[in-house]
Amino acid sequence: MASIGIRDVSKIYNGGVTAVSAVNIDIADGEFIVLVGPSGCGKSTLLRMVAGLETISQGEVTIGGRTVNDIDPADRDIAMVFQNYALYPHMTVYENLAYGLKNRRTPKAEIEARVAEAARMLELQPYLERKPRALSGGQRQRVAMGRAIVRKPSAFLFDEPLSNLDAKLRVSMRGEIKRLQRRVGTTSIYVTHDQLEAMTLADRLVVLSGGRIEQIGRPLDVYHRPATTFVASFIGSPAMNLVNGEVHGSKLALGPALIDLGAAVPTQGAVTVGLRAEDLRLHDDGQGGLPFRIDYVEELGAQRLVHGMVGDQPLVAALSSEIPLPETASLSIAPSRLHFFDTASGRRIDWSAEAAGPVAAAVVSEVVA
Amino acid sequence: MKRVQFSSPYLPYLFIAPQMAIIFVFFYWPSVQAIQSSFYLEDPFGFGSTFVGLSNYVDALGSAQYQSIARFTVVFTALVTFLSLGFGMLLAVKADAVLKGSSTYKTLLIWVYAIAPPVAGLMGMMFFDQHIGPLVKFAALFGWDMKVGLNYNDTAFAMIAVSVWKQIPYNFIFILSGLQSIPVSVREAAAIDCRSGVRRFWTMTLPLLAPTAFFLLIINMTYALFDTFGVIDVMVKDKAANNPITLVYKVYMDGFRGNDLGGSSAQSVILMIVVFVLTVFQFRFIERRVHYN
Repeated sequence: MASIGIRDVSKIYNGGVTAVSAVNIDIADGEFIVLVGPSGCGKSTLLRMVAGLETISQGEVTIGGRTVNDIDPADRDIAMVFQNYALYPHMTVYENLAYGLKNRRTPKAEIEARVAEAARMLELQPYLERKPRALSGGQRQRVAMGRAIVRKPSAFLFDEPLSNLDAKLRVSMRGEIKRLQRRVGTTSIYVTHDQLEAMTLADRLVVLSGGRIEQIGRPLDVYHRPATTFVASFIGSPAMNLVNGEVHGSKLALGPALIDLGAAVPTQGAVTVGLRAEDLRLHDDGQGGLPFRIDYVEELGAQRLVHGMVGDQPLVAALSSEIPLPETASLSIAPSRLHFFDTASGRRIDWSAEAAGPVAAAVVSEVVA
Repeated sequence: MKRVQFSSPYLPYLFIAPQMAIIFVFFYWPSVQAIQSSFYLEDPFGFGSTFVGLSNYVDALGSAQYQSIARFTVVFTALVTFLSLGFGMLLAVKADAVLKGSSTYKTLLIWVYAIAPPVAGLMGMMFFDQHIGPLVKFAALFGWDMKVGLNYNDTAFAMIAVSVWKQIPYNFIFILSGLQSIPVSVREAAAIDCRSGVRRFWTMTLPLLAPTAFFLLIINMTYALFDTFGVIDVMVKDKAANNPITLVYKVYMDGFRGNDLGGSSAQSVILMIVVFVLTVFQFRFIERRVHYN
């Protein structure tokens, strides 16, 4: 077990393409870190640099305080779980699990004990004598996990390990990974493009875009206080609504509506406003609020996603399925639930709505146009 | 799966008829003829033949010369197969590991295969030419007075060298494509699990290459047994004298130079049986250990 340090790490390919630029992450011992971002954001490259499968162009990676830039993957004391499992097809499950230990000259008795323990943990005992091709996707995934566990490494590296599984299996394996990591307490870096997987697994999330870190933080912090419009639109499902608004003093013009914020926002003029779909409510009497023209409705059972327009900007609201939808709705939101981003840079503008007093439906003072 | 029905039960036979005709004319018929004439003593001038039973076989197998040629053939085949597979694999593994300019490197190695076999054989011969051969001059630097065509061992060496040289690119192509069919992530997993590259090769790469290697083993043995005829012919130029030759060349010498068609037929039947047994053995005992993905 060890901490991992990623300092000013960049990956520049021949030809000058920068895949990862100046990334800094400090990972504590035993922490579960999830690197999340769309494809091509450099998350896998970063993980592979930690594993030693890619050279580090600039910067330094330390594992347990030891700089590993020039150390072979086998000597970094890490174990990796690959997306397509990467099991050795000519070996039985037992041999797959034992291979890494055998090559490290682990005594035979200990190999047997460790494989038995991992097989018990992952419920692989009935399959130890089988070849990988005789296993189902979920079983293969568990063998891949087992191969990492038996090594008892300083760190687990997961490269989109659940992407090849079907949706149902993915949910159960997700739980299993979390449970296992808790149990063995090994520092882990997990790469995924699935924000839900990231939210549910991570102790801390690292949101990457274009080879840069957008935000590092605990899942709920990232969810509730996204640092940029990118994070806001990437984390959470449905994505946060981002609409153009204008701030005048303590008032916000949003489409045809004017919202009294109750406190000044440290910006004036054009601003990007973020509204989570589940923070939007139906305004009681149909008078005032954000006039909302409904386009179509997605029924999810417990709630419904209502797609429509506020002024000329699209908006999604997550509303209870219990309440009948009026022909033309009007929405309200607590001012403290509003997020403001700089329109040009996309960065979050922090403001405190607490000064606005008790959280209440936004007071819409007048309807413009 | 969709079942295709032919309107007439004879139609499928009609479709495979051209293929069967070719196999029949060029394989079954000559084989039957060889088996038949191996039991006869043929008049050298074609005036008749006498049934002699198994005596052609007894003569061939009992002759000391035949036995020594058989011994050489075994050594020759083993060495050519082993060396051409070994070098082919070494080059393929190294070419596969090259990162910069790898396609150039691979193309250069594969190019050799595009040279027509007789040309390649001739080039190989020139390397061992008594007067202009660079390899003869190179050997002379170490005090080795190489006399290809005169000295038994020197000729054997040249034969093996040229035969191996011609076969390396073929093996190279197959092994390289076999290597590239091993998933990258499996190799990476192995790189994390095992520090030593040599050990990774023996425990990971080679077992996954086994299907390719098994195929090449059969092809290379057949090559060494039969297709090296041209190389040997160029080396000994019809006059074997006390130079080494393989069994196939002996069949040719006895049949077409010695005009002993019966004896030569018996030898080729023996060869046919050897190849048959060898192939059955390979499929029964070696293929079992091969892992097909």
